[in-house]
Amino acid sequence: MIFPRKDEGLCVQPQSVELLPIAEKVEAGERISRADAISLFETDDLLAVGGMADLVNRRLNGDRVFYVANQHINPTNVCILNKVCVFCSYGVRPLADDAYTMTLDEVFAEAEAARFSPTREFHIVGGLHPKLPLEYYTDMIRGLKERHPTVHVKALTAVEIAHLARVEGIETRDVLRELLNAGLDAMPGGGAEVFSPAVRSTIADRKLAADEWLQVHREAHELGIPTNCTLLYGHVESAADRVDHMLMLRDLQDETGGFSTFIPLAWHPDNTALGREMGVEGNRTGGVDDLKALAVGRILLDSVPHIKTHWIMVTTKVSQIALSFGVDDLEGTVVLEKVTHTAGADTPVGLDLNEIVELIQDAGKTPVERDSLYNPVHEPVVA
Amino acid sequence: MTAGVSGLTMRLAPVAAAELTEYASLYDWPLLELGAMANERAQSAAPGGMVSYIVDRNINYTNVCVTDCSFCAFYRRPGHAEGYVLSNEQIGAKIEEAKAIGAVQILMQGGHNPYLKLDYYTGLLDYIKTHHPIHVHGFSASELDIIARVHKADLGTVIGELKDAGLDSVPGAGAEILVDDVRDRIAKKKIGTARWLDIHRAVHEQGLLSSATMMFGAGESRKDRVEHMIRVRDLQRETEGFTAFIPWTLQSDGTEMDGAPETTATEYLKTIAISRLVIDNVRNLQVSYVTQGPKVAQVALHFGCNDFGSLMMEENVVSATGTDFIMPRDTLVRFIEEAGFEAVPRYQDYSPIIPDLDWYCGCRVCMDRRDG
Repeated sequence: MIFPRKDEGLCVQPQSVELLPIAEKVEAGERISRADAISLFETDDLLAVGGMADLVNRRLNGDRVFYVANQHINPTNVCILNKVCVFCSYGVRPLADDAYTMTLDEVFAEAEAARFSPTREFHIVGGLHPKLPLEYYTDMIRGLKERHPTVHVKALTAVEIAHLARVEGIETRDVLRELLNAGLDAMPGGGAEVFSPAVRSTIADRKLAADEWLQVHREAHELGIPTNCTLLYGHVESAADRVDHMLMLRDLQDETGGFSTFIPLAWHPDNTALGREMGVEGNRTGGVDDLKALAVGRILLDSVPHIKTHWIMVTTKVSQIALSFGVDDLEGTVVLEKVTHTAGADTPVGLDLNEIVELIQDAGKTPVERDSLYNPVHEPVVA
Repeated sequence: MTAGVSGLTMRLAPVAAAELTEYASLYDWPLLELGAMANERAQSAAPGGMVSYIVDRNINYTNVCVTDCSFCAFYRRPGHAEGYVLSNEQIGAKIEEAKAIGAVQILMQGGHNPYLKLDYYTGLLDYIKTHHPIHVHGFSASELDIIARVHKADLGTVIGELKDAGLDSVPGAGAEILVDDVRDRIAKKKIGTARWLDIHRAVHEQGLLSSATMMFGAGESRKDRVEHMIRVRDLQRETEGFTAFIPWTLQSDGTEMDGAPETTATEYLKTIAISRLVIDNVRNLQVSYVTQGPKVAQVALHFGCNDFGSLMMEENVVSATGTDFIMPRDTLVRFIEEAGFEAVPRYQDYSPIIPDLDWYCGCRVCMDRRDG
C-alpha cells in the first residue's frame, strides 16, 4: 500500500482545531450541543462533517441503504394557503385554471400502476382543499387497501391533518384515529418547513405553527403511527434556525421515539413568490449545503434511526454521494412527482428500481428494499 | 506502433504493472478517505484556499471532421449539409462579444477538416492578433496532427509557425483515454497515445504551455484510467509544460455510444481524487461542471480540485449531446464561495487576475500591451 489506511473510528480527521472536540464527542458516542451543530454547518471542512456522520450512520445501519418501491399520489393542488406559503408553486386557488382535484375513481385509476409493479408504498400528500371532507381521505385509504392489500399507505402531513380537523370541527387526534381505522400505515414529515417563528412568518405566515405541527406528530406517535420529519432549507433561514429546528425534533423523538426518518428538503425557488421577491429563481442549493444538511442531521438527530436523501430535490448524483455522508435511505421510485417539478426541478419524475439498486451498490453499500415501516421486503440484493 | 509524419513517434515503454495495480486499488477505498488524501495533496500543490476560473469563449471554427469518433455528436462529414467553416469576420465578431463580457482568452477548437491548410490557420491567427488581439488557446493535439499531415511538414515546424502567427497555448483535448486498446475502440481514426504525447512534448519544446484532459466512462477499465494519468505525469516530469489536468465524463446522448451507462458521481469523485494523487506534478486539477452538473462540481472542490474551469460563453461540442450547464458568473462565484473557497478569476496559465496589476504571459497580446 502506498498510503496508510484507517479501518476503525472516524475515517477522516478534522483539519481545523475547533472541530476536534466535536469529533471526540461523536467518536465517544456522546450527543453534540447546539453550538457544536452550528459549528458543523459553518465549517468549510466538509469531509470532516461527512466523516462524523458516516460513523454515526455505520453504528446504526452498518452498510445497509434502504429504498422503497413507492408511488407518489397528489390528489389535489387546491390549497387555501396558496398565498401564504410563498416558497411553494404547487398550491393554487380553487378556481385557478390549473386547479385540479382527483375523484376517488381517478385516484384508484392512477394507483393501478402499482398492480403490475413492485410498489410497496403510496405516498399521498396534497393541498389544503377547503371542501374535501375527512371521508374523502378515509374512503381513499380504504379503497387503496382493498385494491392493493400489500401496499402501505403513508398519507397526509400534519398540516393536512390539522386542516381536516378544522373542516370537520373535531380534534386532530380524532382525525388521526379515523385515518388509522381506515388503514393508514404511516405519516410523511412534510409541512415542518422551519420552526423558527421569524422564518415561518416570512415564508409561511399563518401556516400551522411549530408547536401545533409537533403536537400532531406526538398524537400520531401515541396512536402508534410512525411518522417522518423534514426541514425545508436553502431560503432565508440561518444555521442556528436549522439547528434549533432539528433540536425540537430531537426533543420530541426523546419523548415518543415515533420518528422513523429525517429528510432535509432543498428549496426550489422557481415559479414561487419568495423566489421572485429574493431574485433567486433558477438558483439551486449547492451540493456542499445539501450534503451538510444531511450529515449534520445524522449527527444531531442521533435517536432518529434513518436519514433520507430526496433525489428529486438534490439530484441522483448528490443523493449517491450522500450515502458516504451518513445517509442510509435513498427514497424510492416515486413514479410521477409533481410538487417539486412545478418549482423547476430538472430531475427525473421517477426512477427505475434497478437504477436505485445500482446507485447503492456503486457507492459500496448493501441495498435493502423496505416497506413504509422499514421492514426489509426480501433478502438484500447481492451484486 | 508506426512512425508519424514527423518521425517523432517512438514506441512507448509499458507502464509498470505494479504501479497500475497499486493505484487502481485506491478505487476500493472509502470515498471520504480518498477525498481527504486528495485534499491534502491539493493544498500542498495549490495552497491558499483559492479556486480559480476563467472567463473565455469557445469558438468552434469548423465542425467538418473525418475522424468519426463514436462518442461525439458535434462533427459532420465533409459534404454534409450542416458542415461549416466560420469566416475570419465571424470569428472576430465572436471575439469582440467575448471581450465585452470580460473574456481573457478564446478557446479555438474544431473538427479535423482536411480542406484547411496551414495558411488558413496562420492567416486566422494573424487576423485575430491584428484586428481582435486576445490570448488564443487553440488547436488540440489531434488538430495539430492533421494540420501537419495536410501540410506534409514536421510537427515542430508547424507548431513553430502557428506560434509565430499568434498561437499562445494548446488545449489538452483529444486525449480521451491514453491507452491504445481503448482508443482503437472509441476513436480508431484519431492519433494514438504515443503521437498525442509526442505532440504535447513538441508543443512544450516550442515554449508553449498546454493542458491535459481525460474523457472517461467510455467502457475503459480503472487501470486504463490510471495508465492515462501515469502517461501525463511522466511527460510532465520531462517537460513541465502541463498547466492542468482536466478529467471529464463521456456524455453519450446523440452519439454512437448512446445508452452507455453513465458514470456515477461516486466514480467521478474517486477518479478525480486518484488523479490528484497519481499526477503529483501538475498544479491544477479542474472540475467538470458541464458534464457533472454544478452541485457535484462544487463537491469536487473538496476532493482535490482547485479550478472551476471556464464560464464558457459558447460551447457547441458537449451541448450537442444535450448536456447543458452554461452558468452565469455570479452563480459560479456563489458555488465556489459557498464551498468555502475564494473565487479567483484567472488567465490561461492559471495566474490570478489581480486588478490594477499588469500581467504578461509572454504571448504576443501581452507583449504588445507591455510595449504600449
